Amino acid sequence: MLDRGESPTAPPILRIDNLHKVYQASNGPVEALRGIDLTIHKGEFVCLLGASGCGKSTLLRIIAGFEKASSGSVAVYGFEVNRPGPDRGMVFQDYALFPWLTVKENIAFGPTQRRLTSKEVAATTERFMAMVGLTAFADRYPHQLSGGMKQRVAIARVLANDTDILLMDEPFGALDALTRSKLQEELIDIWKATKLTVIFVTHSVEEAVLLADQVVVMTAGPGRIDCQVRIDLARPRDVSSPEFNALRRDVTRRLTSHIAPDRALASTADS
Amino acid sequence: MSQSINLSPVPVVADADSIAAVAAVPSSQTRKLGAGLRTIALGLVVPLVLLLFWHVTVRWTGTRLVPTPFGVAVMMWDFAFGGIYDDAYSGTLPIHFWKSVQRVYGGFFCAAALGIPLGLMIGRIPLLRALLDPTLSLLRPIPVTAWLPLSMIFFGLGAKSAIFLVFLGAFFPILLNTIFGVKSVDVRLFEAAEMLGCAGPKLFRAVVLPAALPSIFNGLRLGAAFAWILIVVGEMTGVPEGLGAVIMDGRSLSRTDLVITGMIIIGITGFVSDRILLALSNYFLRWSPQHHA
Repeated sequence: MLDRGESPTAPPILRIDNLHKVYQASNGPVEALRGIDLTIHKGEFVCLLGASGCGKSTLLRIIAGFEKASSGSVAVYGFEVNRPGPDRGMVFQDYALFPWLTVKENIAFGPTQRRLTSKEVAATTERFMAMVGLTAFADRYPHQLSGGMKQRVAIARVLANDTDILLMDEPFGALDALTRSKLQEELIDIWKATKLTVIFVTHSVEEAVLLADQVVVMTAGPGRIDCQVRIDLARPRDVSSPEFNALRRDVTRRLTSHIAPDRALASTADS
Repeated sequence: MSQSINLSPVPVVADADSIAAVAAVPSSQTRKLGAGLRTIALGLVVPLVLLLFWHVTVRWTGTRLVPTPFGVAVMMWDFAFGGIYDDAYSGTLPIHFWKSVQRVYGGFFCAAALGIPLGLMIGRIPLLRALLDPTLSLLRPIPVTAWLPLSMIFFGLGAKSAIFLVFLGAFFPILLNTIFGVKSVDVRLFEAAEMLGCAGPKLFRAVVLPAALPSIFNGLRLGAAFAWILIVVGEMTGVPEGLGAVIMDGRSLSRTDLVITGMIIIGITGFVSDRILLALSNYFLRWSPQHHA
Protein backbone atom coordinates (compact mmCIF):
# COMPACT_ATOMS: atom_id res chain seq x y z
CA MET A 1 0.00 0.00 0.00
CA LEU A 2 2.88 2.34 0.74
CA ASP A 3 4.84 2.54 -2.44
CA ARG A 4 6.97 5.08 -4.20
CA GLY A 5 6.64 6.13 -7.84
CA GLU A 6 3.61 4.68 -9.53
CA SER A 7 4.40 3.48 -13.02
CA PRO A 8 2.64 5.82 -15.41
CA THR A 9 0.81 5.17 -18.62
CA ALA A 10 0.09 8.78 -19.55
CA PRO A 11 2.87 11.39 -19.92
CA PRO A 12 3.34 13.36 -16.71
CA ILE A 13 1.64 16.74 -16.52
CA LEU A 14 3.98 17.78 -13.74
CA ARG A 15 7.48 16.63 -13.00
CA ILE A 16 9.55 17.83 -10.08
CA ASP A 17 13.20 16.84 -9.97
CA ASN A 18 15.47 17.11 -6.97
CA LEU A 19 13.95 20.35 -5.81
CA HIS A 20 15.53 22.30 -2.96
CA LYS A 21 14.34 25.46 -1.33
CA VAL A 22 16.40 27.50 1.11
CA TYR A 23 15.07 30.71 2.66
CA GLN A 24 17.24 33.50 3.92
CA ALA A 25 15.84 34.20 7.37
CA SER A 26 17.24 36.85 9.70
CA ASN A 27 19.07 34.18 11.71
CA GLY A 28 20.64 32.48 8.71
CA PRO A 29 19.43 30.18 5.96
CA VAL A 30 16.47 27.88 6.60
CA GLU A 31 16.08 24.75 4.54
CA ALA A 32 12.40 24.48 3.68
CA LEU A 33 12.46 21.68 1.11
CA ARG A 34 15.09 19.06 0.38
CA GLY A 35 15.35 16.71 -2.57
CA ILE A 36 11.73 16.69 -3.67
CA ASP A 37 11.00 14.33 -6.57
CA LEU A 38 7.42 14.08 -7.65
CA THR A 39 5.64 13.07 -10.82
CA ILE A 40 1.96 13.78 -11.33
CA HIS A 41 -0.07 12.50 -14.24
CA LYS A 42 -2.89 14.17 -16.05
CA GLY A 43 -6.22 13.81 -14.32
CA GLU A 44 -4.78 12.71 -10.98
CA PHE A 45 -6.04 14.06 -7.71
CA VAL A 46 -2.99 14.40 -5.48
CA CYS A 47 -3.01 15.53 -1.86
CA LEU A 48 0.12 16.95 -0.25
CA LEU A 49 -0.30 15.98 3.36
CA GLY A 50 1.80 17.07 6.29
CA ALA A 51 1.99 18.92 9.56
CA SER A 52 2.53 22.68 9.48
CA GLY A 53 6.11 23.58 8.65
CA CYS A 54 6.71 20.59 6.38
CA GLY A 55 6.91 22.83 3.34
CA LYS A 56 3.79 21.56 1.61
CA SER A 57 2.48 25.06 0.97
CA THR A 58 5.93 26.20 -0.14
CA LEU A 59 6.04 23.33 -2.61
CA LEU A 60 2.63 24.33 -3.94
CA ARG A 61 3.70 27.95 -4.24
CA ILE A 62 6.80 26.91 -6.17
CA ILE A 63 4.63 24.86 -8.53
CA ALA A 64 2.38 27.90 -8.91
CA GLY A 65 5.42 30.03 -9.75
CA PHE A 66 4.97 32.45 -6.85
CA GLU A 67 8.30 31.38 -5.40
CA LYS A 68 11.48 30.16 -7.02
CA ALA A 69 13.21 26.93 -6.17
CA SER A 70 16.80 27.23 -4.94
CA SER A 71 17.78 24.31 -7.13
CA GLY A 72 16.11 21.52 -9.04
CA SER A 73 13.35 21.80 -11.57
CA VAL A 74 9.59 21.98 -11.90
CA ALA A 75 8.22 21.26 -15.33
CA VAL A 76 4.68 21.25 -16.69
CA TYR A 77 4.46 19.07 -19.80
CA GLY A 78 8.23 19.39 -19.98
CA PHE A 79 8.25 23.18 -19.84
CA GLU A 80 10.14 24.73 -16.95
CA VAL A 81 7.96 26.73 -14.56
CA ASN A 82 9.38 30.12 -13.60
CA ARG A 83 6.40 32.40 -13.15
CA PRO A 84 2.70 32.19 -12.35
CA GLY A 85 0.54 31.36 -15.32
CA PRO A 86 -3.02 30.50 -16.24
CA ASP A 87 -2.07 26.86 -16.81
CA ARG A 88 -1.73 26.48 -13.04
CA GLY A 89 -4.70 27.98 -11.23
CA MET A 90 -4.43 28.54 -7.51
CA VAL A 91 -7.22 28.46 -4.95
CA PHE A 92 -6.06 30.14 -1.75
CA GLN A 93 -7.23 29.39 1.75
CA ASP A 94 -8.19 33.03 2.24
CA TYR A 95 -9.99 33.14 -1.16
CA ALA A 96 -8.08 36.17 -2.52
CA LEU A 97 -11.12 37.27 -4.51
CA PHE A 98 -11.02 40.77 -5.92
CA PRO A 99 -13.28 42.59 -3.47
CA TRP A 100 -14.17 45.31 -5.96
CA LEU A 101 -15.53 42.83 -8.49
CA THR A 102 -18.85 41.04 -8.31
CA VAL A 103 -19.09 37.24 -8.39
CA LYS A 104 -19.58 37.37 -12.14
CA GLU A 105 -16.73 39.81 -12.69
CA ASN A 106 -14.37 37.78 -10.51
CA ILE A 107 -15.06 34.68 -12.57
CA ALA A 108 -14.73 36.69 -15.78
CA PHE A 109 -11.34 38.08 -14.73
CA GLY A 110 -9.20 35.38 -16.35
CA PRO A 111 -11.19 35.10 -19.59
CA THR A 112 -11.11 38.89 -19.92
CA GLN A 113 -7.34 38.88 -19.50
CA ARG A 114 -7.10 36.31 -22.26
CA ARG A 115 -8.86 38.80 -24.55
CA LEU A 116 -11.72 36.52 -25.45
CA THR A 117 -14.64 38.24 -27.09
CA SER A 118 -17.19 39.55 -24.64
CA LYS A 119 -19.62 36.90 -25.85
CA GLU A 120 -17.17 34.12 -25.04
CA VAL A 121 -16.36 35.68 -21.69
CA ALA A 122 -20.05 35.85 -20.82
CA ALA A 123 -20.67 32.25 -21.89
CA THR A 124 -17.68 30.89 -19.97
CA THR A 125 -18.60 32.89 -16.90
CA GLU A 126 -22.21 31.70 -16.99
CA ARG A 127 -21.11 28.10 -17.37
CA PHE A 128 -18.78 28.02 -14.38
CA MET A 129 -21.01 30.20 -12.26
CA ALA A 130 -23.70 27.58 -12.82
CA MET A 131 -21.25 24.76 -12.10
CA VAL A 132 -20.59 26.11 -8.61
CA GLY A 133 -24.24 27.06 -8.14
CA LEU A 134 -23.79 30.80 -7.81
CA THR A 135 -25.84 32.07 -10.73
CA ALA A 136 -28.32 33.68 -8.32
CA PHE A 137 -25.46 35.62 -6.75
CA ALA A 138 -23.89 36.93 -9.95
CA ASP A 139 -24.02 40.55 -8.88
CA ARG A 140 -23.01 40.16 -5.25
CA TYR A 141 -19.70 41.48 -4.00
CA PRO A 142 -17.40 39.10 -2.10
CA HIS A 143 -18.12 40.74 1.26
CA GLN A 144 -21.76 39.79 0.84
CA LEU A 145 -20.93 36.07 0.54
CA SER A 146 -20.31 33.33 3.08
CA GLY A 147 -16.92 31.62 3.26
CA GLY A 148 -18.14 28.59 1.34
CA MET A 149 -19.59 30.75 -1.41
CA LYS A 150 -16.38 32.76 -1.65
CA GLN A 151 -14.40 29.57 -2.11
CA ARG A 152 -16.84 28.46 -4.81
CA VAL A 153 -16.17 31.73 -6.63
CA ALA A 154 -12.43 31.18 -6.25
CA ILE A 155 -12.74 27.70 -7.75
CA ALA A 156 -14.96 28.90 -10.60
CA ARG A 157 -12.56 31.77 -11.28
CA VAL A 158 -9.74 29.31 -11.88
CA LEU A 159 -11.87 26.84 -13.84
CA ALA A 160 -13.14 29.61 -16.11
CA ASN A 161 -9.55 30.34 -17.00
CA ASP A 162 -9.18 26.92 -18.58
CA THR A 163 -6.47 25.81 -16.21
CA ASP A 164 -4.58 22.53 -16.58
CA ILE A 165 -3.62 22.03 -12.96
CA LEU A 166 -5.78 23.14 -10.08
CA LEU A 167 -3.60 24.04 -7.09
CA MET A 168 -5.42 24.24 -3.79
CA ASP A 169 -3.76 25.47 -0.61
CA GLU A 170 -5.84 24.22 2.32
CA PRO A 171 -8.87 25.65 0.53
CA PHE A 172 -11.44 24.42 3.01
CA GLY A 173 -9.40 25.06 6.14
CA ALA A 174 -11.33 28.17 7.13
CA LEU A 175 -14.77 26.65 6.63
CA ASP A 176 -17.10 24.97 9.08
CA ALA A 177 -17.35 21.18 8.97
CA LEU A 178 -20.69 21.05 7.18
CA THR A 179 -19.70 23.47 4.43
CA ARG A 180 -16.34 21.73 4.13
CA SER A 181 -17.82 18.30 3.43
CA LYS A 182 -20.30 19.85 0.99
CA LEU A 183 -17.47 21.55 -0.87
CA GLN A 184 -15.35 18.40 -0.84
CA GLU A 185 -18.21 16.59 -2.54
CA GLU A 186 -18.64 19.36 -5.07
CA LEU A 187 -14.93 19.45 -5.76
CA ILE A 188 -14.93 15.75 -6.58
CA ASP A 189 -17.92 16.27 -8.89
CA ILE A 190 -16.14 19.13 -10.62
CA TRP A 191 -12.93 17.15 -10.88
CA LYS A 192 -14.78 14.26 -12.49
CA ALA A 193 -16.65 16.53 -14.87
CA THR A 194 -13.63 18.55 -15.96
CA LYS A 195 -10.95 15.82 -15.78
CA LEU A 196 -8.62 18.32 -14.18
CA THR A 197 -5.38 17.54 -12.43
CA VAL A 198 -5.65 18.63 -8.81
CA ILE A 199 -2.87 19.22 -6.29
CA PHE A 200 -4.48 19.75 -2.94
CA VAL A 201 -2.57 20.76 0.19
CA THR A 202 -4.06 19.72 3.51
CA HIS A 203 -3.05 18.77 7.02
CA SER A 204 -6.13 16.60 7.51
CA VAL A 205 -5.56 12.88 6.97
CA GLU A 206 -9.26 12.29 6.55
CA GLU A 207 -9.56 14.97 3.89
CA ALA A 208 -6.57 13.57 2.02
CA VAL A 209 -7.84 9.99 2.08
CA LEU A 210 -11.34 11.13 1.15
CA LEU A 211 -10.27 13.16 -1.89
CA ALA A 212 -7.05 11.86 -3.33
CA ASP A 213 -5.94 9.20 -5.79
CA GLN A 214 -2.52 9.67 -4.37
CA VAL A 215 -1.51 11.03 -0.97
CA VAL A 216 1.98 12.49 -0.76
CA VAL A 217 3.01 12.39 2.89
CA MET A 218 5.54 15.07 3.78
CA THR A 219 7.68 15.50 6.86
CA ALA A 220 9.25 18.58 8.36
CA GLY A 221 12.74 19.83 9.16
CA PRO A 222 13.64 20.06 6.29
CA GLY A 223 10.54 19.34 4.23
CA ARG A 224 10.81 16.04 2.39
CA ILE A 225 8.47 13.54 0.82
CA ASP A 226 8.15 10.64 3.18
CA CYS A 227 6.06 8.37 1.02
CA GLN A 228 3.27 8.29 -1.51
CA VAL A 229 0.14 6.37 -0.71
CA ARG A 230 -2.17 5.24 -3.48
CA ILE A 231 -5.84 5.42 -2.53
CA ASP A 232 -7.81 3.05 -4.69
CA LEU A 233 -11.13 3.25 -2.88
CA ALA A 234 -14.16 3.57 -5.09
CA ARG A 235 -15.92 6.92 -5.13
CA PRO A 236 -18.01 8.23 -3.53
CA ARG A 237 -15.99 7.16 -0.52
CA ASP A 238 -17.57 6.11 2.71
CA VAL A 239 -15.64 7.57 5.62
CA SER A 240 -17.11 5.01 7.99
CA SER A 241 -16.10 1.94 5.98
CA PRO A 242 -13.36 -0.36 7.37
CA GLU A 243 -11.22 0.10 4.25
CA PHE A 244 -11.31 3.84 4.62
CA ASN A 245 -10.38 3.63 8.26
CA ALA A 246 -7.56 1.20 7.62
CA LEU A 247 -6.09 3.61 5.08
CA ARG A 248 -6.58 6.53 7.36
CA ARG A 249 -4.78 4.73 10.19
CA ASP A 250 -2.00 3.80 7.84
CA VAL A 251 -1.48 7.33 6.62
CA THR A 252 -1.78 8.72 10.13
CA ARG A 253 0.94 6.37 11.31
CA ARG A 254 3.26 7.50 8.53
CA LEU A 255 2.54 11.09 9.37
CA THR A 256 2.93 10.90 13.13
CA SER A 257 6.00 8.70 13.05
CA HIS A 258 7.98 11.85 12.34
CA ILE A 259 6.13 14.17 14.64
CA ALA A 260 6.57 11.89 17.66
CA PRO A 261 9.36 9.42 16.83
CA ASP A 262 9.28 7.80 20.29
CA ARG A 263 5.65 6.87 20.02
CA ALA A 264 6.17 5.55 16.52
CA LEU A 265 9.03 3.39 17.74
CA ALA A 266 6.84 2.08 20.51
CA SER A 267 4.09 1.21 18.05
CA THR A 268 6.48 -0.65 15.70
CA ALA A 269 7.81 -2.56 18.70
CA ASP A 270 4.23 -3.55 19.50
CA SER A 271 3.56 -4.87 16.05
CA MET B 1 -23.55 17.46 -12.75
CA SER B 2 -23.57 21.20 -12.65
CA GLN B 3 -27.27 21.28 -11.87
CA SER B 4 -26.95 18.63 -9.20
CA ILE B 5 -24.75 20.89 -7.10
CA ASN B 6 -27.19 22.62 -4.89
CA LEU B 7 -26.13 24.70 -1.94
CA SER B 8 -27.93 24.87 1.30
CA PRO B 9 -27.05 28.48 2.08
CA VAL B 10 -28.36 29.69 -1.26
CA PRO B 11 -32.11 29.64 -0.75
CA VAL B 12 -31.78 30.97 2.78
CA VAL B 13 -29.84 34.04 1.78
CA ALA B 14 -31.96 34.59 -1.32
CA ASP B 15 -35.10 34.43 0.80
CA ALA B 16 -33.79 36.90 3.32
CA ASP B 17 -32.92 39.20 0.49
CA SER B 18 -36.27 39.02 -1.27
CA ILE B 19 -38.08 39.54 2.03
CA ALA B 20 -35.98 42.63 2.61
CA ALA B 21 -36.74 43.80 -0.93
CA VAL B 22 -40.49 43.36 -0.47
CA ALA B 23 -40.49 44.97 2.94
CA ALA B 24 -38.32 47.80 1.69
CA VAL B 25 -41.02 49.34 -0.48
CA PRO B 26 -43.04 51.42 1.97
CA SER B 27 -41.66 51.27 5.50
CA SER B 28 -37.89 51.20 5.06
CA GLN B 29 -38.01 54.28 2.85
CA THR B 30 -39.89 56.33 5.40
CA ARG B 31 -37.58 55.04 8.09
CA LYS B 32 -34.59 56.10 6.00
CA LEU B 33 -36.10 59.54 5.55
CA GLY B 34 -36.72 59.80 9.28
CA ALA B 35 -33.16 58.79 10.05
CA GLY B 36 -31.89 61.33 7.53
CA LEU B 37 -33.90 64.14 9.10
CA ARG B 38 -32.70 63.13 12.53
CA THR B 39 -29.08 63.27 11.35
CA ILE B 40 -29.61 66.73 9.91
CA ALA B 41 -31.37 67.94 13.06
CA LEU B 42 -28.61 66.62 15.28
CA GLY B 43 -25.96 68.18 13.05
CA LEU B 44 -27.66 71.58 13.33
CA VAL B 45 -27.70 71.66 17.13
CA VAL B 46 -24.10 72.77 17.66
CA PRO B 47 -24.04 75.47 14.91
CA LEU B 48 -27.27 76.97 16.33
CA VAL B 49 -25.87 76.95 19.86
CA LEU B 50 -22.70 78.62 18.57
CA LEU B 51 -24.76 81.28 16.79
CA LEU B 52 -26.68 81.95 19.98
CA PHE B 53 -23.48 82.12 22.01
CA TRP B 54 -21.98 84.52 19.47
CA HIS B 55 -25.02 86.75 19.53
CA VAL B 56 -25.20 86.82 23.34
CA THR B 57 -21.48 87.47 23.73
CA VAL B 58 -21.45 90.34 21.28
CA ARG B 59 -24.45 91.91 23.03
CA TRP B 60 -22.99 91.25 26.46
CA THR B 61 -19.61 92.79 25.79
CA GLY B 62 -20.98 95.54 23.56
CA THR B 63 -18.00 95.16 21.25
CA ARG B 64 -18.04 97.00 17.95
CA LEU B 65 -15.22 94.95 16.45
CA VAL B 66 -17.37 91.89 15.88
CA PRO B 67 -20.83 92.12 14.30
CA THR B 68 -23.77 90.06 15.53
CA PRO B 69 -24.93 87.02 13.52
CA PHE B 70 -27.74 89.20 12.23
CA GLY B 71 -25.25 91.80 11.02
CA VAL B 72 -23.36 89.09 9.17
CA ALA B 73 -26.59 87.74 7.71
CA VAL B 74 -27.41 91.19 6.34
CA MET B 75 -23.90 91.44 4.93
CA MET B 76 -24.25 88.03 3.37
CA TRP B 77 -27.51 89.00 1.73
CA ASP B 78 -25.98 92.19 0.40
CA PHE B 79 -22.89 90.31 -0.77
CA ALA B 80 -25.03 87.83 -2.61
CA PHE B 81 -27.84 89.97 -3.98
CA GLY B 82 -26.93 93.61 -3.27
CA GLY B 83 -29.47 96.32 -2.54
CA ILE B 84 -28.56 97.05 1.09
CA TYR B 85 -25.19 98.72 1.34
CA ASP B 86 -24.56 99.22 -2.37
CA ASP B 87 -20.81 99.34 -1.98
CA ALA B 88 -17.99 97.66 -3.90
CA TYR B 89 -19.02 94.25 -2.56
CA SER B 90 -22.77 94.34 -3.08
CA GLY B 91 -23.97 91.50 -5.27
CA THR B 92 -20.45 90.38 -6.08
CA LEU B 93 -20.62 86.96 -4.43
CA PRO B 94 -21.05 85.01 -7.71
CA ILE B 95 -17.93 86.43 -9.29
CA HIS B 96 -15.77 85.95 -6.18
CA PHE B 97 -17.20 82.51 -5.61
CA TRP B 98 -16.70 81.43 -9.20
CA LYS B 99 -13.08 82.66 -9.25
CA SER B 100 -12.24 80.83 -6.04
CA VAL B 101 -13.95 77.61 -7.16
CA GLN B 102 -11.98 77.72 -10.38
CA ARG B 103 -8.69 78.13 -8.51
CA VAL B 104 -9.46 75.57 -5.85
CA TYR B 105 -10.50 72.91 -8.32
CA GLY B 106 -7.84 73.92 -10.82
CA GLY B 107 -5.18 73.31 -8.18
CA PHE B 108 -6.98 70.28 -6.80
CA PHE B 109 -7.38 68.56 -10.17
CA CYS B 110 -3.75 69.25 -11.07
CA ALA B 111 -2.75 67.73 -7.73
CA ALA B 112 -4.94 64.68 -8.34
CA ALA B 113 -3.82 64.31 -11.95
CA LEU B 114 -0.19 64.27 -10.88
CA GLY B 115 -0.49 62.77 -7.39
CA ILE B 116 -2.51 59.66 -8.21
CA PRO B 117 -0.42 58.29 -11.12
CA LEU B 118 2.81 59.25 -9.38
CA GLY B 119 1.63 57.64 -6.15
CA LEU B 120 0.62 54.45 -7.95
CA MET B 121 4.04 54.21 -9.53
CA ILE B 122 6.03 55.12 -6.42
CA GLY B 123 4.05 52.58 -4.43
CA ARG B 124 4.66 49.86 -6.96
CA ILE B 125 8.14 50.53 -8.39
CA PRO B 126 10.92 50.33 -5.76
CA LEU B 127 13.44 52.12 -8.00
CA LEU B 128 11.15 55.10 -8.40
CA ARG B 129 10.48 55.13 -4.67
CA ALA B 130 14.20 55.14 -3.88
CA LEU B 131 14.66 57.91 -6.38
CA LEU B 132 11.83 60.22 -5.30
CA ASP B 133 11.02 59.44 -1.69
CA PRO B 134 13.87 61.44 -0.07
CA THR B 135 13.12 64.52 -2.15
CA LEU B 136 9.41 64.33 -1.48
CA SER B 137 9.98 63.84 2.24
CA LEU B 138 12.20 66.89 2.18
CA LEU B 139 9.63 69.05 0.40
CA ARG B 140 6.63 67.87 2.39
CA PRO B 141 7.26 69.65 5.73
CA ILE B 142 7.76 73.04 4.07
CA PRO B 143 4.63 75.10 4.81
CA VAL B 144 2.76 76.13 1.71
CA THR B 145 2.80 79.75 2.92
CA ALA B 146 6.58 79.67 2.70
CA TRP B 147 6.23 79.09 -1.04
CA LEU B 148 4.26 82.30 -1.43
CA PRO B 149 7.19 84.61 -2.37
CA LEU B 150 8.71 82.09 -4.77
CA SER B 151 5.39 81.24 -6.37
CA MET B 152 4.81 84.95 -6.99
CA ILE B 153 8.20 85.11 -8.71
CA PHE B 154 7.53 81.95 -10.76
CA PHE B 155 3.94 82.61 -11.68
CA GLY B 156 3.54 86.34 -11.25
CA LEU B 157 0.82 88.13 -9.33
CA GLY B 158 -2.43 86.44 -10.09
CA ALA B 159 -4.47 83.34 -10.50
CA LYS B 160 -1.64 81.03 -11.57
CA SER B 161 0.18 81.69 -8.35
CA ALA B 162 -2.95 80.88 -6.34
CA ILE B 163 -3.52 77.69 -8.28
CA PHE B 164 0.08 76.65 -7.67
CA LEU B 165 -0.26 77.12 -3.90
CA VAL B 166 -3.53 75.21 -3.80
CA PHE B 167 -1.89 72.52 -5.89
CA LEU B 168 1.02 72.23 -3.44
CA GLY B 169 -1.34 71.96 -0.49
CA ALA B 170 -3.52 69.28 -2.09
CA PHE B 171 -0.72 67.36 -3.76
CA PHE B 172 0.96 65.77 -0.74
CA PRO B 173 -2.10 64.29 0.96
CA ILE B 174 -3.22 62.82 -2.37
CA LEU B 175 0.24 61.47 -3.20
CA LEU B 176 0.96 60.02 0.24
CA ASN B 177 -2.42 58.37 0.60
CA THR B 178 -2.11 56.86 -2.86
CA ILE B 179 1.33 55.46 -2.04
CA PHE B 180 0.01 54.11 1.24
CA GLY B 181 -2.95 52.53 -0.54
CA VAL B 182 -0.73 50.80 -3.08
CA LYS B 183 1.66 49.52 -0.45
CA SER B 184 -1.12 48.04 1.61
CA VAL B 185 -2.65 46.03 -1.24
CA ASP B 186 -2.81 42.38 -0.19
CA VAL B 187 0.00 40.50 -1.98
CA ARG B 188 -2.44 37.64 -2.49
CA LEU B 189 -4.39 39.79 -4.92
CA PHE B 190 -1.30 40.25 -7.07
CA GLU B 191 -0.68 36.52 -6.94
CA ALA B 192 -4.30 35.83 -7.83
CA ALA B 193 -4.13 38.22 -10.77
CA GLU B 194 -0.85 36.77 -11.99
CA MET B 195 -2.03 33.19 -11.91
CA LEU B 196 -5.08 34.31 -13.89
CA GLY B 197 -2.78 35.63 -16.60
CA CYS B 198 -2.59 39.31 -15.69
CA ALA B 199 0.96 40.58 -15.31
CA GLY B 200 3.19 43.60 -15.77
CA PRO B 201 1.65 47.00 -16.51
CA LYS B 202 -1.81 45.46 -16.79
CA LEU B 203 -1.73 44.93 -13.03
CA PHE B 204 -2.00 48.70 -12.52
CA ARG B 205 -5.40 48.91 -14.10
CA ALA B 206 -6.66 45.53 -12.92
CA VAL B 207 -5.42 45.41 -9.33
CA VAL B 208 -3.37 48.36 -8.09
CA LEU B 209 -5.83 51.12 -8.90
CA PRO B 210 -9.02 49.49 -7.60
CA ALA B 211 -7.32 48.08 -4.52
CA ALA B 212 -5.81 51.46 -3.66
CA LEU B 213 -9.05 53.32 -4.35
CA PRO B 214 -10.20 53.56 -0.71
CA SER B 215 -6.92 55.25 0.22
CA ILE B 216 -6.99 57.41 -2.88
CA PHE B 217 -10.41 58.71 -1.91
CA ASN B 218 -9.15 59.49 1.59
CA GLY B 219 -6.33 61.44 -0.03
CA LEU B 220 -8.73 63.28 -2.34
CA ARG B 221 -10.95 64.31 0.55
CA LEU B 222 -7.99 65.54 2.57
CA GLY B 223 -6.56 67.24 -0.50
CA ALA B 224 -9.84 69.01 -1.26
CA ALA B 225 -10.03 70.21 2.34
CA PHE B 226 -6.48 71.56 2.14
CA ALA B 227 -7.29 73.20 -1.18
CA TRP B 228 -10.08 75.22 0.44
CA ILE B 229 -7.86 76.03 3.41
CA LEU B 230 -5.17 77.32 1.10
CA ILE B 231 -7.36 79.42 -1.12
CA VAL B 232 -7.07 82.33 1.30
CA VAL B 233 -3.28 82.12 1.16
CA GLY B 234 -3.41 81.60 -2.58
CA GLU B 235 -5.48 84.75 -3.03
CA MET B 236 -3.08 86.78 -0.90
CA THR B 237 -0.98 86.92 -4.04
CA GLY B 238 -2.69 90.06 -5.19
CA VAL B 239 -5.66 88.82 -7.16
CA PRO B 240 -8.57 91.27 -7.18
CA GLU B 241 -11.34 88.68 -7.01
CA GLY B 242 -11.99 85.56 -5.00
CA LEU B 243 -13.28 84.69 -1.55
CA GLY B 244 -9.76 84.75 -0.12
CA ALA B 245 -9.16 88.16 -1.64
CA VAL B 246 -12.44 89.39 -0.15
CA ILE B 247 -11.34 88.20 3.29
CA MET B 248 -7.98 89.93 2.92
CA ASP B 249 -9.78 93.13 1.82
CA GLY B 250 -12.14 92.84 4.75
CA ARG B 251 -9.17 92.59 7.03
CA SER B 252 -7.46 95.72 5.71
CA LEU B 253 -10.76 97.61 5.68
CA SER B 254 -11.60 96.42 9.21
CA ARG B 255 -14.85 95.01 7.92
CA THR B 256 -15.28 92.02 10.14
CA ASP B 257 -18.73 91.28 8.72
CA LEU B 258 -17.14 90.83 5.32
CA VAL B 259 -14.42 88.59 6.78
CA ILE B 260 -16.93 86.38 8.55
CA THR B 261 -19.15 86.26 5.48
CA GLY B 262 -16.20 85.02 3.44
CA MET B 263 -15.34 82.46 6.12
CA ILE B 264 -18.86 81.08 6.25
CA ILE B 265 -19.11 80.80 2.47
CA ILE B 266 -15.79 78.98 2.29
CA GLY B 267 -16.93 76.71 5.10
CA ILE B 268 -20.21 75.85 3.39
CA THR B 269 -18.60 75.36 -0.02
CA GLY B 270 -15.89 73.15 1.47
CA PHE B 271 -18.55 71.14 3.24
CA VAL B 272 -20.61 70.68 0.08
CA SER B 273 -17.55 69.75 -1.97
CA ASP B 274 -16.57 67.17 0.64
CA ARG B 275 -20.09 65.72 0.52
CA ILE B 276 -19.82 65.41 -3.25
CA LEU B 277 -16.51 63.59 -2.90
CA LEU B 278 -18.02 61.40 -0.20
CA ALA B 279 -20.94 60.51 -2.47
CA LEU B 280 -18.51 59.65 -5.26
CA SER B 281 -16.43 57.62 -2.83
CA ASN B 282 -19.49 55.71 -1.65
CA TYR B 283 -20.44 55.00 -5.22
CA PHE B 284 -17.01 53.79 -6.33
CA LEU B 285 -16.37 51.88 -3.11
CA ARG B 286 -19.78 50.25 -2.92
CA TRP B 287 -17.93 46.92 -2.88
CA SER B 288 -16.26 47.77 0.40
CA PRO B 289 -18.33 47.28 3.55
CA GLN B 290 -16.26 49.69 5.64
CA HIS B 291 -16.61 52.52 3.16
CA HIS B 292 -20.30 53.06 3.41
CA ALA B 293 -20.46 56.12 5.58
